[in-house]
Amino acid sequence: MPIVKLLSENFGRREARDIRWYRDHGGYEGARKCLFELTPEQVVQEVIDSNLRGLGGAGFPTGRKWTFVPQESKKPKFLVVNADEGEPGTFKDRQILTWDPHRLLEGMMICCYAVGIHTAFIYIRGEYVRPAEILKQAMADAYREGVLGPRCLGKDFTLDIFVHEGAGAYICGEESALLESLEGKKGWPRLRPPFPAIEGLFACPTVINNVETLSHLPRIVVNGGKWFAEVGSPRNGGTRLFCLSGNVKRPGVYELPMGTPLRELIYEHGGGMLDDKALKAVIPGGVSAPVLAAKEIDVPLDFDSLIKLGSMLGSGGVVAMDEDVCMVRALQVISHFFAHESCGQCTPCREGTGWLEKIVTRLVEGQAYSQDLPNLMRVAGNMIGTSICALSDAAALPVRSFLHKFNSEFEYHAQHRRCDVEERKATATPLARSAV
Amino acid sequence: MPTITIDGQSVNVPAGTTIIQAAEKLGIYIPRYCYHPGLPVAGSCRMCLVEVEKLPKLQIACHTAATDGMNVITTSAPVQQARRAMLEFLLINHPLDCPVCDQSGECDLQNFYMEFGQYDSHFLENKIKKKKAYPIGPHVILDQERCILCTRCTRFCEHVTKTHELGVFQRGNRSVIDLHPGKVLDNQYSGNVIDICPVGALLERDFRFQCRVWYLGTQESICTGCARGCNTSIHFNQLRPGGRMGRRVYRLKPRFNPYVNKWWLCDEGRFGYRFIDEDRIEAPQLRRQGRVAGTGWKSVLDEVSNAIKSALEKFGSSSIGVIASPQLSNEELYLIQKIFVELMGVENIGFSNPWEQHGYQDDFLVRADKNPNTRGAELAGLNGDVRAILEKTASGEIKVLYVFRHGFSNPGARDALKKAGYLIFQGTNWNASAAEAHAVLAAATHAEKDGTFTNFEGRIQRFKQALLPLEDSRPDVEILIDLARRLGYPLVYLTPEDLFMEWRGKSYDDLGAFGEPVEVTAAPV
Repeated sequence: MPIVKLLSENFGRREARDIRWYRDHGGYEGARKCLFELTPEQVVQEVIDSNLRGLGGAGFPTGRKWTFVPQESKKPKFLVVNADEGEPGTFKDRQILTWDPHRLLEGMMICCYAVGIHTAFIYIRGEYVRPAEILKQAMADAYREGVLGPRCLGKDFTLDIFVHEGAGAYICGEESALLESLEGKKGWPRLRPPFPAIEGLFACPTVINNVETLSHLPRIVVNGGKWFAEVGSPRNGGTRLFCLSGNVKRPGVYELPMGTPLRELIYEHGGGMLDDKALKAVIPGGVSAPVLAAKEIDVPLDFDSLIKLGSMLGSGGVVAMDEDVCMVRALQVISHFFAHESCGQCTPCREGTGWLEKIVTRLVEGQAYSQDLPNLMRVAGNMIGTSICALSDAAALPVRSFLHKFNSEFEYHAQHRRCDVEERKATATPLARSAV
Repeated sequence: MPTITIDGQSVNVPAGTTIIQAAEKLGIYIPRYCYHPGLPVAGSCRMCLVEVEKLPKLQIACHTAATDGMNVITTSAPVQQARRAMLEFLLINHPLDCPVCDQSGECDLQNFYMEFGQYDSHFLENKIKKKKAYPIGPHVILDQERCILCTRCTRFCEHVTKTHELGVFQRGNRSVIDLHPGKVLDNQYSGNVIDICPVGALLERDFRFQCRVWYLGTQESICTGCARGCNTSIHFNQLRPGGRMGRRVYRLKPRFNPYVNKWWLCDEGRFGYRFIDEDRIEAPQLRRQGRVAGTGWKSVLDEVSNAIKSALEKFGSSSIGVIASPQLSNEELYLIQKIFVELMGVENIGFSNPWEQHGYQDDFLVRADKNPNTRGAELAGLNGDVRAILEKTASGEIKVLYVFRHGFSNPGARDALKKAGYLIFQGTNWNASAAEAHAVLAAATHAEKDGTFTNFEGRIQRFKQALLPLEDSRPDVEILIDLARRLGYPLVYLTPEDLFMEWRGKSYDDLGAFGEPVEVTAAPV
């Protein structure tokens, strides 16, 4: 597939952070077109036509999400930008924030104009210190140039943007926990209903969108929603940034049209596996997504195709693992992450994530009991669909998919209390190992 | 009004009713830990998951609103499985130290395990260590390991008292309930967190290790701590007198009354039960110059009745003074009114202590008036000027003064008592008036008798006898009837209920579980 750069054309280009350079190269034209030529309804329709979906991970159609916000509201409405990029294996928003902050600000302007919002918040991951600095500089420039503020681009439209830095909790990337955190409370997900579109930040109607989603808006407005939809695959408009990591030759962020086969991402753009080893497994959308076996990588990378395969496109964090990776150990890393990041609010996740980690850790350390594998499946099953937010499912689904697709490795650990991958590596290539 | 069907039974409920509330209307109990009707919904324990037809996932009954035509199943295999799963999750890091835990016997982990759990443990790991058994306030002790993080206590401090002492700290299975830095759980209502804690994490320091709860009897009562009249349960044990240094009452718990105290009770009332067992007047006494000159109900009542009779004969009813008490029940006040005003024609009769200091009051429960039945005494018509009565006593106009309950420690009043020709004191505990009395009549406390109080809002509420009168004390009604008979007024009342029947025209059973508002027109003049 052709390389289309809608989001990533300025990556690596320092000058793009400069508002004057950005405006000289077509920047804020989308926002200008909205403010001066289009009605809010027309903007929403363009976004609906574009098939743009929420690129934070859930894949909910963006235009439709906006229509849930009540038109006539006595309360103020808010836009909250989710820049709390925390899903392991995901590092795309960071690139946008670092290299192209004005594209995000322009996207926010478009969204705010379309929904009738005058106050927006950017909740940025606390660890993103440098991106936050760049973003704040860009905002200061935009205010100075009259792009933001009481009269955006000279039009009678007010927009104020505030940046809030998170304190280092994965759960605050979950939208309702993010709102709690933004309100100054402990980052605990909320019960739904009410949904944020009706009662979100400070109990006011709130749109929550991901950085990447909003950054697509300027081009959608300039070129039209239909144009954007044609770039992608059916019901999955445009391109998306894929974060390729793991044992590949060229890890990094790749912008590809929706529906690009996973094989192409790994073997063409990523250059194949390191040392040309065989591919064993791929996590297609951040560690919450159930793992795929090597034979499944011809799947097109769009939301619907991966759901059909029992996994999800999620945040676009693709982690490729080669034949020398012990899947039990890989699962331990994942389980530890979720046990560490579970917020502790509801029972199945608070207790289940920790329990899963303890069992998997025993498997890794050669302390397995005979009933550990069925117990893992059972505990994971009890965690699915019983919690407040999706973190419990996200912790349980990898366990089930790892055990299902790489059962022999887990059985070996459980029966022999040793790692078959390590043994094979030790016997097959002793020289290669000592060289490492 | 949506109609919702739960386990095949249908019920009409107001819009916005949740499944758990609708189920309660049908008498279907859905297990829960975090849900409490007096607190905002948390939805975090996941114990109340139920099946809702047409929805793919189980739903929490505490937060899901009933909609018209909704069909809910609480007994299906997925629901039972979810309940077992949640219990298992809650118990894996719970210490299971029931044998040394005070909550044992009234613990929802135990109760729900027996009813909905009954699985075999699959947990082979080490349990997580947290802080154990440390006081977080004057009345409450916390064990973080036993805590299941239902957050009832934190929500109570946030939304009911708005004092914000407690919070959840850390994340995941390291989460703990603890005090916010610099805070102590020392508000007027801190004891309630003990009641709403469904497990043994928050316990009463006063009650801890005193008695296993299954040895406690319980009786419905009314708090006598102030004019609010909060509904309480007295938890007592009469059979183990050595168990708690002779004390029979072990603790008070609030009892739900939507019109008065909802689910709550203030600490002042909760821990103000000591007078029932401490410093009591255990037997009637005749006293001369501070020394006991005679005992036994017969001789004491004979002397008291003779004193009253001779005063009446020599000086008429103006020589008798009566100071009743807002601590007495409506029935007792009615009887006092009957005997002294109606039958004897006494005019010097009042009830209030003009020197009484009013205490703490807030806009929630606690009232400044620390008497349970001031309103009842007002309505009984015993509104004479107590100052004037005492002045007349000092001047000798009143020869026989009959004081109920009041301990007059004010120097002027005390001087008047000293000058009384004959002072009768009827009360439960020793006080300044009792020390001056010629005759001390040992009365029973509210825990030892039946009756009603009228709270400051005019609600008549029943309290029931929990204990036998201590030692040789007797309920006031019995004492007064006995006395009236000696004075030549044979009254036919046998129980306080007879008096209540005559006053209100109905029985105690007709009073209703939450009491009833007194209608001023129906009250005695």
